[in-house]
Amino acid sequence: MATPTLPAGTVTSTDDRAGGGPPSSGRALLASARRLAPLWRWVLLPLLTMLIASAVVFFALALAPGDPLAQALGSHPTAESRALLEAKYGLDRPLVVQYLSWLSGVLHGDFGTSIVQKASVWSLIAPRISVTLSLVAYAGVLVVVGGLASATLGTMVKPLGPLVTVVSAIGVAVPAYVAASVLSLLFVIQLGWFPALGAGDGLGDRLYHLTLPAIALAIGWGSYLSQVGRAALREESDREHVETARARGLSAGTVFRRHVLRNAAVPIVTVSALAVAALVVGATVVETAFGIDGLGSFFVTAVSNKDYASVEAVSLLLVVLFVLLTTALDAVHTLLDPRLRTPGASR
Amino acid sequence: MTTLALPSVLPRGARERFRSVDPVALVVGAVCALLVLLAVVGPMISGYDSQTGDILHAGEGPSAAHWFGTDALGRDIFTRAAVGARLSLVAPAVCVLIAAAVATVLALVSSWFGGWVDTAITRGLDIVFAFPSLLFALIAIAIFGTGITAPVIALSIAYVPYLARVARVTARRERHAAYITAGTLQGLAPSRVAIRHLLPSMFPVIRTQATIMYGSCLTDLAGISFLGLGVQPPVAEWGSMVNEGRTALLDGHPEEALFPGLLIVVTVVAFNLLAERFALREDRVK
Repeated sequence: MATPTLPAGTVTSTDDRAGGGPPSSGRALLASARRLAPLWRWVLLPLLTMLIASAVVFFALALAPGDPLAQALGSHPTAESRALLEAKYGLDRPLVVQYLSWLSGVLHGDFGTSIVQKASVWSLIAPRISVTLSLVAYAGVLVVVGGLASATLGTMVKPLGPLVTVVSAIGVAVPAYVAASVLSLLFVIQLGWFPALGAGDGLGDRLYHLTLPAIALAIGWGSYLSQVGRAALREESDREHVETARARGLSAGTVFRRHVLRNAAVPIVTVSALAVAALVVGATVVETAFGIDGLGSFFVTAVSNKDYASVEAVSLLLVVLFVLLTTALDAVHTLLDPRLRTPGASR
Repeated sequence: MTTLALPSVLPRGARERFRSVDPVALVVGAVCALLVLLAVVGPMISGYDSQTGDILHAGEGPSAAHWFGTDALGRDIFTRAAVGARLSLVAPAVCVLIAAAVATVLALVSSWFGGWVDTAITRGLDIVFAFPSLLFALIAIAIFGTGITAPVIALSIAYVPYLARVARVTARRERHAAYITAGTLQGLAPSRVAIRHLLPSMFPVIRTQATIMYGSCLTDLAGISFLGLGVQPPVAEWGSMVNEGRTALLDGHPEEALFPGLLIVVTVVAFNLLAERFALREDRVK
């Protein structure tokens, strides 16, 4: 990670090499660079990453082999109809111009037009966002609550340890689509407790419909969080300062909260944030498995239909979300552990 | 503790390994052997073809003739799972090997030269890291069409940052170790020092990380086939079998979905355990 901030040692060595030339101006420059470092690290760099990622997505799809107009033109395309459609969708312009107008559209909330679906991409995405968000939020709550609860139980209640180890080791290896099959078999076919397909209407019905999909989505990352959390908790509770705290007669709860949990928080927060990002992507699989009409299953349809505008829009949304999450994670790390304030130490 | 990496202590490590047979290693080894056996010998002993079905015996439950029953087209599920093992197990291995090779070269170059080379490589990796692996593979399919090639290449690229990061950390730590400086001072060519002395120090972390990646790569690739975007019918593959088995599952014949699903879980558990062993050994060396 090379950011404008330099370690203190580097600063003096540069000044030495300068041989007392203009050290004051150089030092002022470095000082201002150091003040600007947070701006670069948490605002400009993420924006730059998003910009480059958006360009990668756009140009890769624009240069894809295959004709974006194939479906719109039908089986007997003529040169005139192609020219008309190209003008309509702006495909006759140079690629760079197309990219810039797409990007400015996106910044204004216009994600372009789906040629395959003959509708604006936003009108296709907007109604599906709430379904996917409720699924991801539901699964996220399950991951954090289930993962942390089993990690804490496995650490504090010694006899439960081996059970948690085995269950989480298997759970982490169960892909969402396999979990979906097993859950359907158990709770839909055998017990008949839950519906097989769909997302449901209204809050209660939606929660009811989304329970199995959310569990299927949450199993892998919940188990992983449990493993990581337990490893962190175990490592921290063996540390000397924890023993000192215990020896001083602090209650077990206080020791756990103030000396174990806080130090174990960095890996736990990291995995939780990565889990949220992974759950959004994992929703593609779970929504397909449970026949839920959300952003994920829409994305899969768009990919197989070569609906480029929709693929671009959803990919961009996911990348932006992922970059925002990792940036927020970096910021939270430095709050939790001041040692990580040096840029790049968290990586 | 660079001295421990010297060949003089190798016999001790070998003796240690000989003395106590690790039960986990034994289980992992047995599972891997069974999977390879299934992939190589399975289709021969079943006596069926994976792609031609017997329509008169479609959708049957397990029997002596068909150990795991037949699918909707009357194809033997055991045979399809065994044939599918070849693709499902080899494709992620290809992915991980490509990713590990690229990551090693990038980590070596970036730690050796440092400065702006290091910055440029790290930045590039950060941009790839902004794409979740499954998303990267799906975009590749949107570009190149359905099939197994596009996701394999896409996942190879998507996994590079994860491997390169751990490799770079090690390489940077070892870069200024005494034995590397000594090599340079002796007048050895930089490429020789980098490849013969720095490269081996990165091997343990790459091995551990690549073993973990294998499991998630298998899961991702099978997931893509589950979505109908990877391996196309009638070719057998675990993920697509889970997908094709969904209808039968709701009709009360869960074998087609559950058997390959179980194989995926067992494989991933085995490789995760293996990765844990590798990580343990790394800690012990440190």
